[in-house]
Amino acid sequence: MQTSVDTADNARIFYLKDEHDHAEGGSTMLGFWLYLMSDCLLFAILFATYGVLSTNYAAGPAPKDLFDLWTVALNTTMLLLSSITYGFAMLSADEGKQKSTQVWLIVTALFGLAFVGIELREFAHMIHEGATPQRSAFLSSFFALVSTHGLHVSFGIVWIVTLMVQVQLHGLVPANLRRLMCLSLFWHFLDIVWIGVFTFVYLMGMLR
Amino acid sequence: MTVMTHSPDHSTGHSDHGHSDQGAHGSRKTYLIGFWLSVLLTAIPFYLVMSGIVQNKEATGVLLVAMAAVQIIVHMVCFLHMNSKSESGWTMMSLIFTVIIVGIVLSGSLWVMYHLNVNMMLSPDMSQMP
Repeated sequence: MQTSVDTADNARIFYLKDEHDHAEGGSTMLGFWLYLMSDCLLFAILFATYGVLSTNYAAGPAPKDLFDLWTVALNTTMLLLSSITYGFAMLSADEGKQKSTQVWLIVTALFGLAFVGIELREFAHMIHEGATPQRSAFLSSFFALVSTHGLHVSFGIVWIVTLMVQVQLHGLVPANLRRLMCLSLFWHFLDIVWIGVFTFVYLMGMLR
Repeated sequence: MTVMTHSPDHSTGHSDHGHSDQGAHGSRKTYLIGFWLSVLLTAIPFYLVMSGIVQNKEATGVLLVAMAAVQIIVHMVCFLHMNSKSESGWTMMSLIFTVIIVGIVLSGSLWVMYHLNVNMMLSPDMSQMP
């Protein structure tokens, strides 16, 4: 809204009326959602790269020689369980139960750690067999995609620990609830990306 | 020249414009429904591939993609609490925009690079071509 006032020398002065008050952090959720959408584009590019290069083995190992579906199934279970336990943490936080929130956050972080641990063990096994990222275009794009996801999960775990300290220090104040909500979106988003990874990389790879 | 002032009255015309909602929250029931649907939609694809029960590989692939798509929608609704109303519909708008861009990036890359590969393939009789 603008109001123009004619002054003596006829120069126009515009007064910008203040917009209505925004509650503190009122736009955080939308902003964080937009960040997640841009992250989605990042993963789309990595998926497209993998899709294009996934059959360029350079006479090296193919998915069938490398992947163990039981390991992948175990990993998927870990991530899915961490998703539901984070949901329980959010429910406890909404009910104002600080202690139960902290317990569910610990459980979520442990499942996340298990996921990263299993993935690192799988990578170590592959590299030990000579399937390093520089072996073929297929392996380069595989490691780029899967380890970007793993890196996101690792940062998610750091974030969980940070929020546990915050909740311990300040309790379930509105600012902390907002942060927990952002992390909830982030964590569930990573699970969605993993659906794409296990379907397109592991299961489709074993079909070839 | 612009002068910023604090307007004294907040009463005019902004009563329907609250920014208090912190995003929708789910109930224990929606989380559990989402979890069990996800377990089912994860277990079936793994079973299909590990047992090789469907002989046709193309058919298996189509089933895998279909179940991944359904599971993504389940996660969106049950875990991310997507709906068309949160943030006056802007989350849904940005999601639709992203899905379109992702679709263009994925299908465009695969399509272009597939044809590039096919056309650059050296076939045995290529050397006889003028």
